[in-house]
Amino acid sequence: MSNEWPLWEVFIRGQHGLNHRHVGSLHAPDSELAMRHARDVYTRRNEGVSIWVVPSSEITASAPSDKGPMFEPSNAKVYRHPTFYDIPDEVGHM
Amino acid sequence: MYAQMVKSEATNDDPELLAAFQARIDAGEKIEPKEWMPEGYRKTLIRQIGQHAHSEVVGQLPEGNWITRAPTLERKAILLAKVQDEAGHGLYLYCAAETLGVSRDDLTEQLLSGRMKYSSIFNYPTLNWADIGAVGWLVDGAAIMNQVPLQRTSFGPYSRAMIRICKEESFHQRQGYDLISVMAQGTPEQKAMAQDALNRFWYPSLMMFGPGDKDSVHSEQSMAWKIKINTNDELRQKFVDQTVPQAHYLGLTVPDEHLKWNDDKEGWDFSEPDWSEFYDVLKGNGPCNVERLEARQDAWNDGQWFRDGLMAHAKKSADRRRAAKVAAE
Repeated sequence: MSNEWPLWEVFIRGQHGLNHRHVGSLHAPDSELAMRHARDVYTRRNEGVSIWVVPSSEITASAPSDKGPMFEPSNAKVYRHPTFYDIPDEVGHM
Repeated sequence: MYAQMVKSEATNDDPELLAAFQARIDAGEKIEPKEWMPEGYRKTLIRQIGQHAHSEVVGQLPEGNWITRAPTLERKAILLAKVQDEAGHGLYLYCAAETLGVSRDDLTEQLLSGRMKYSSIFNYPTLNWADIGAVGWLVDGAAIMNQVPLQRTSFGPYSRAMIRICKEESFHQRQGYDLISVMAQGTPEQKAMAQDALNRFWYPSLMMFGPGDKDSVHSEQSMAWKIKINTNDELRQKFVDQTVPQAHYLGLTVPDEHLKWNDDKEGWDFSEPDWSEFYDVLKGNGPCNVERLEARQDAWNDGQWFRDGLMAHAKKSADRRRAAKVAAE
């Protein structure tokens, strides 16, 4: 039972114009079969117009423990949002 | 309910971490695979999601039994699609379990050796075509009762799998009710078959929710962790209240002489299933336990050469591509 098929992550573009989105994972011996399995497992009801499959081992993920240093600095940068600036009504829409 | 009697694990973690974890759950946050979680949470979830996945996979057997004998091409296509969905549901759930650090082969091995269980309901036979209607209507109906609240479960991958499954599951119940209504409105013989299917599947369906709350020892911790949302008795009552009028609409009789509307609780009073039968089926003594497990073992063993062959081919092709690349450089 040791010869397990590797794991693949599946991304699907739901409609034209949208990003591919992660929908789940599956096991397959190679990329060709991963694609076929992805089609059977994740698009039985017209869920997609395009599929990406990526070996799970190739994904680099941020560590949950880095959440603070990674994402908190942007909290303090309120001036990056348009609502930070008061524009007089007289100027009109901007 | 596809997961019955899931034993929740005691947990020996740092009380401060535990309190912070519980606070996240109480605040409605989702827990993701790589985040810290108590060992008991992880182990209980592996057991519960694994049992749920096994149930989806073994659940294909009683229905697959009738694909070749469906009475029309349309019914055959519908049943084929439903059984294919069950395979898909099993796969979503296995993947969710794997994010907790258990391998697929390990889960498969635990099913095949009998160390992990699947729902008691799939150890009952499907004897005739009306049973296929009863399975969709009652068994999938009972499963939905449990799965809809589980969409809000605290573990992210489990919750996302449940959302996908619930979207697809409603078709399963409706095709079953549609099938059995055709039988119930057919010839007297067909109506009798529909009634007989209801008679045989009613109590096993009630057992799917697991033993009554007073005997359900593992609920409290699982509910605090939001991996169980409602108690067994709550869900069973909801199921009965939903199903009884559906049976009456078809002119079928629920096989319970104590079934009686109760104005005070605005629900039906009903008889408990025979719990000794339930425990006996769980122990392996149901009508089809041996057959179901043998079918899974055969499928796994007979498919080994094929799985290995595809893996060998994949490795060879990758080596060839690498060699060609080196030669080109």
